[in-house]
Amino acid sequence: MNNLKSRIAKEKRFKAYGIISITTALTLLTILFVSIFSQGYTAFQETRIQLPVYFDQEILDPNKTNDWNIIKKANFNGLVKQSIRNLFPEVSGRSNKRKLYKIVSSSAEYQIRNIVNNDLSIIGSKQNIWVLADDDVDMLIKGNINRNLPENERRIDDQELMWIEYLESENLIKKVFNKTLFSSGDSSESEQSGILVALLGSFYALLITLVLSFPIGIATAVYLEEFAPKDNKFVDFIEVNINNLAAVPSIIFGLLGLAIFLNFFEMPRSAPLVGGMVLSLMTLPRIIIPARAALKSVPPSIREGALGLGASNVQAVFNHVLPIATPGMLTGTIIGMAQALGESAPLLIIGMVAFIVDIPQGFTDPATTLPVQIYLWADTPERGFVERTAAVIMVLLIFLVLMNSLAIYLRKKFEKNIT
Amino acid sequence: MNMTVILITLVLLAASSYYVGLKKSVSIQKSEKLHSAPIYHGSLLAIYSLIVSLLFILIWRLFENYLYPEFSLSKNLIFFLSLLVFLITALIVFLKIEKNFRAREKVENIIEIFLLICSTVAILITIGILLSVIFEATRFFSMVPITDFLFGTHWSPQIPIREDQVGSSGAFGAIPLFTGTFLIAFIAMIIAGPIGLMSAIYMSEYATKKTRDIIKPLTEILAGIPTVVYGFFAVIVVAPFIRSSGEYFGLNIASESALAAGLVMGIMIIPFVSSISDDVINAVPQNLKDGSLGVGATKSETIVKVIIPAALPGIIGGLLLAISRAIGETMIVVMAAGMSANLTANPLEAVTTVTVQILVLLVGDQEFDSPKTLAAFALGLVLFFMTLILNYVALNIVRKYREQYE
Repeated sequence: MNNLKSRIAKEKRFKAYGIISITTALTLLTILFVSIFSQGYTAFQETRIQLPVYFDQEILDPNKTNDWNIIKKANFNGLVKQSIRNLFPEVSGRSNKRKLYKIVSSSAEYQIRNIVNNDLSIIGSKQNIWVLADDDVDMLIKGNINRNLPENERRIDDQELMWIEYLESENLIKKVFNKTLFSSGDSSESEQSGILVALLGSFYALLITLVLSFPIGIATAVYLEEFAPKDNKFVDFIEVNINNLAAVPSIIFGLLGLAIFLNFFEMPRSAPLVGGMVLSLMTLPRIIIPARAALKSVPPSIREGALGLGASNVQAVFNHVLPIATPGMLTGTIIGMAQALGESAPLLIIGMVAFIVDIPQGFTDPATTLPVQIYLWADTPERGFVERTAAVIMVLLIFLVLMNSLAIYLRKKFEKNIT
Repeated sequence: MNMTVILITLVLLAASSYYVGLKKSVSIQKSEKLHSAPIYHGSLLAIYSLIVSLLFILIWRLFENYLYPEFSLSKNLIFFLSLLVFLITALIVFLKIEKNFRAREKVENIIEIFLLICSTVAILITIGILLSVIFEATRFFSMVPITDFLFGTHWSPQIPIREDQVGSSGAFGAIPLFTGTFLIAFIAMIIAGPIGLMSAIYMSEYATKKTRDIIKPLTEILAGIPTVVYGFFAVIVVAPFIRSSGEYFGLNIASESALAAGLVMGIMIIPFVSSISDDVINAVPQNLKDGSLGVGATKSETIVKVIIPAALPGIIGGLLLAISRAIGETMIVVMAAGMSANLTANPLEAVTTVTVQILVLLVGDQEFDSPKTLAAFALGLVLFFMTLILNYVALNIVRKYREQYE
């Protein structure tokens, strides 16, 4: 028999193990969030450089046609280069100049082109235009490249640093809200890449998932809980199937999508339509199981009261049980949709993993989704993409938090309903 | 005339026939008592006609190529015929509407049949999975013997184009994938098992209600984070950390290692283990606890000597479910564990798993007659049955255990 002292010490130790485990789990959660947020928050800003652009008639429209179809073939790239040279007239030598041109993003050319397209009368005038900076410059301005490192250890050399510091002293470089991130598709240059394709792809796919799995899921739950004959082999078989499907690894649904939707029915690859269909197969059991639980927790007195007053079974279920169970069923549906939003493995298999620049116009255009975009960019070692990956994760998490808060709100409402 | 136009016309017709049915029954209701409320008459008219005409279109489309190939191009014909079918059905139902017509019962029957059809979708999905996986897997096993696949120790699915090509022998021995999968699942369980179990014990036996209400949702956040986010976390935080601490001890660790993937997967599974253990521990009857406390045992002694033994089957079932979750997980391993099929038990090396190989084999261009692509389906078949068996066993254990205390 142990003495009391050591038993109490043992008790304290055991309790401490519990506290340690919980603290470990919460610490890991904190590290996860802190690491992602600290990597990602800078991506919501982008660096722009002010260029004094002279919209030279000689370059843009030497024959004074004033016709966009002719002007659009002009050498806008040359115009950008000239503007950069105007900013740093003292730079000479080919290699130096080439290095100088690289401080602005290659998208500057298209930005200038759009400005001219919007307003042809700008030709001949001088304007100060804020163009996108190159990703290396962007990283330096955001402090992700350490200026104090020796020259050969950083991606920006001393000369480029000198130019940027000149721009900073003249207030010709600034950080603004990163509109590019939300308005463009993928790009090989990190400063020009955005998540619009992924956002729309996720939206389209989830819409399909909701349209397919919500009615079928609710109908199944209602049937199994309210109408199905008890002790029926077929009904038992349906239940076993649903419980098994809930535990099937998501990647298997991708195999089904590939073999049946893509190969057999010859649906388009990479399309949110197929993605949504695959996700809905996966989401279906995740909607049915909580919906059944919600129906089960409606007090039998409600049903019996309706039946006692002469309502038919269908009337009792649809007019009395369902309205009470609705918030509970919606809670399950939203959580299921949140899981579908975060799912990526089956989408990779049906080809929603591609370098897509064009904004999808509908359900059958190639697209990616937010989690797939994370996977794609996480592969790229460039610092600019790491930052953007973390930013997509933040966007995705914000959506998930919103959906889950809505689910919690509905659950509270449901609990009030049934008591 | 395309299909959308036909469908929209039919739906509009259904809406107007609902109105017509409603009108007629309301006018009867003015003088006599109806068996069913007017909305049922209207709905029955609309639903019946719509279903019959849609069935007609479906059957026509299925058989037009066999029976009337000469009509198959004429979309207008099917349009007019389906309208005709609609109107005839609507007329028949319309004429039947009278005071004793049992419209409600018929509508309710249709609703129940619809619900039944919806609930068979789950069976269709299972059949779909089995068909797609088994069909392609049989094709694979006709090219590669099943014994080579299950017991071979060399995995190198790249088919050589030349005879003497290096590094690609077209070998499909899946043992390295299985060991990799279990190695990572094992590491994950070492992390998640104790942490999840101890937090569940603390939550249900020690924590006050207030702490529980705060901490439980926080740990559940871990369960809601998408796996691709964990994968990114593994790549940018955990793997570099393991690498640099390995260097500190003089070990050379690859940037992709089983340890990194297993650790992060462990974090992912913690809430899963803790929520199942929580349920199981709460199911232990209070009188067992009270008895133990009453004879003078401390709380920890009660937990270790009474609650855990009583809850053991449930806890084991929960851990099995967690293992099956770990085996089927894809994104963390594909980002953190690597692609090279090493037959090793060393957690510091890169390993690959079944799920990773499925993904690697299928992403990108595929031709559906090469064993390389089909191998993915054979792996899918193994994965499907592995998780199925684990879940079946686990759920049975948990259920038996629950019955014991009910």
